[in-house]
Amino acid sequence: MNLVETFRTGLEAVVSHRMRSTLTVLGIMIGITAVILTVGLGEGAQQQVGSEISALGSNLLTVTPGSTTTSSGIRGGFGSASTLTVGDAAALTSKVVAPDVNAVAPATSSSESLVAGTSNWTTSVVGTDPSWLTVRGRSMTEGRFIVSHDVATRAEVVVLGATTAQELFGFRDPVGQSVDIAGQPMSVIGVLNTVGSSSSSSTVANPDDQAVVPLTTASALLFGGSSRNSVSQILIQATSSGTLSAAYQESDAELLSLHRITTTSGADFTITSEQQILSTATSVDRTLTVLLGGIAGISLLVGGIGVMNIMLVSVTERIREIGLRKALGATPRVIRRQFLVEASVLGTVGGVLGALLGIVGALVLPHLISNPITVSPVAAVGAIAIAIAIGIVFGVYPAGRAAKLPPIDALRSE
Amino acid sequence: MTGMDDTSEVRIEPTGVHPVVRRPVIEVEDVWKTYRTGSLEVDALRGVSCSIDTGEYVAIMGPSGSGKSTLMHILGCLDVPTSGTYRLAGDDVSTMVEEELAHVRNRRIGFVFQQFNLLSSLDAARNVELPLLYAGASRPERRRRAVEALERVGLGDRIDHRPGELSGGQQQRVAVARALVTDPDLILADEPTGNLDSVSARDVMALLDELHVSGRTIVLITHDADVADAAGRSLRIFDGQFAGADAPMAEAR
Repeated sequence: MNLVETFRTGLEAVVSHRMRSTLTVLGIMIGITAVILTVGLGEGAQQQVGSEISALGSNLLTVTPGSTTTSSGIRGGFGSASTLTVGDAAALTSKVVAPDVNAVAPATSSSESLVAGTSNWTTSVVGTDPSWLTVRGRSMTEGRFIVSHDVATRAEVVVLGATTAQELFGFRDPVGQSVDIAGQPMSVIGVLNTVGSSSSSSTVANPDDQAVVPLTTASALLFGGSSRNSVSQILIQATSSGTLSAAYQESDAELLSLHRITTTSGADFTITSEQQILSTATSVDRTLTVLLGGIAGISLLVGGIGVMNIMLVSVTERIREIGLRKALGATPRVIRRQFLVEASVLGTVGGVLGALLGIVGALVLPHLISNPITVSPVAAVGAIAIAIAIGIVFGVYPAGRAAKLPPIDALRSE
Repeated sequence: MTGMDDTSEVRIEPTGVHPVVRRPVIEVEDVWKTYRTGSLEVDALRGVSCSIDTGEYVAIMGPSGSGKSTLMHILGCLDVPTSGTYRLAGDDVSTMVEEELAHVRNRRIGFVFQQFNLLSSLDAARNVELPLLYAGASRPERRRRAVEALERVGLGDRIDHRPGELSGGQQQRVAVARALVTDPDLILADEPTGNLDSVSARDVMALLDELHVSGRTIVLITHDADVADAAGRSLRIFDGQFAGADAPMAEAR
């Protein structure tokens, strides 16, 4: 009996046992779909966090006051120490001191209540200078950004994020309107571009929801504080991603010398790169992926056990058929091959249908649950391979045992 | 295996052409079959010997529990004897391994069972084709020979009917066609009329008669004396031995 005939016989058996075939395919299909969707959800979340972090600005270093060391905990204390000043930021702009630094933006921020007419909205208010736009990699959709003149004159102007503008003014044009920030009336001069934001990931603050004011205005009129020159962070943009670590070294050395600190461990500031944030966020999401993958694996296992049941029952049901085929001259090998074909066909059909359903789900679901789903080809191919393996192991094993029975015992069974 | 070489290719000569020279198809010598259930041993066959010639029509009779089914299974190579020898068309099958037995069942024996044992998902022609499929015959040849066999049993107009669409008698005739289609040395019928009404039973018995007349060797297992009367010779089995076991064949012939 050649392979074509074996294949045809197996295929006929699949088609003629419709109910059994449908149930088996369904069991495998659901398992595969679950794997593809859950793994896709995890990967989608990872990619989303990655793109959000790159939206913060590229080749970015952030200097914050205080430092943490493994031996002594927090040094200097966040908030309490105003160790970073406008002067530090100015020093870093020097091409002699830090040739690999492209732009520097000192920034100070606070959560404030914004009022425009009857609307009010609490958001993060950032005091900074004109280079913030470059460093953050943003642009304007409307109006203009803060200029040096605004900083020099402590101009009472504000630039809003797209979401903030929407919340305060709805569909009215915000430019030229007035907003009260901490009781201080400010004039809206522009709206930032939309970078797309996350609703799900809490790892990064929404870059479309903030208000930007001149640094001098913020420290003199809005936030107050002991030192008018201190800033809560300095954003540094390296000239390219290749010079990021050089920029890090230069900034670190310059700030240490400005602060008259001789040992690295004594630093009263911390420099973090976007890669560090990215890796932290990614590791969180990776944990999520592993968790979801585990759930998917369990659903595949449960599906596999279901398939095993159907296969075992169907082989038991068909012991008479196996006995008859043996009585008519089929060897155990031929019987095993027939069941191998049947099981592989069921596994493949279930796996491919499951993969298709998973892909359709990945396209449709994000519209309903607002989470992105990335279909991973590795997960899809792996899941199909597992489906076929489940079919073969659980279909062929009992058939192999039945094929070994003396034909008369098989024929007699009811 | 040497004796099997002449049957290793699929025989395609028309059915019914058999040598007139009588030689034994079945030679059974002192066959014992012992079943073990736990510590209990039951001798289903206790030293059975017989010989059946080509072209004979023999009925094996006996009440239930007499061992006639066990004998039939051994004759049909569906089971192997615990001891003793069984030669089918000259080849000792009691020492054969599974693969060889499958080959013998496929080429040399045609089975007709009490429960018909047709596959319900296949039409009549495909059921008849099954032994040829395992013999490795090509599709057109299988089809041609299956149709021939079905015409021979008078079902030429039912070739594409499934078992569910056929009466019991018709189903048993499909089973007879399936037994014929490989042109076997021996047709083994196990209570072929046991599940049939009297009209269909007569029909099937007439068909077996006809096959016998055309030169087939037929062994019929039954507990029904009327059915056994159709055969040229009856062997009575009781308690795992032939009744009058001293020389059962000599007198009967």
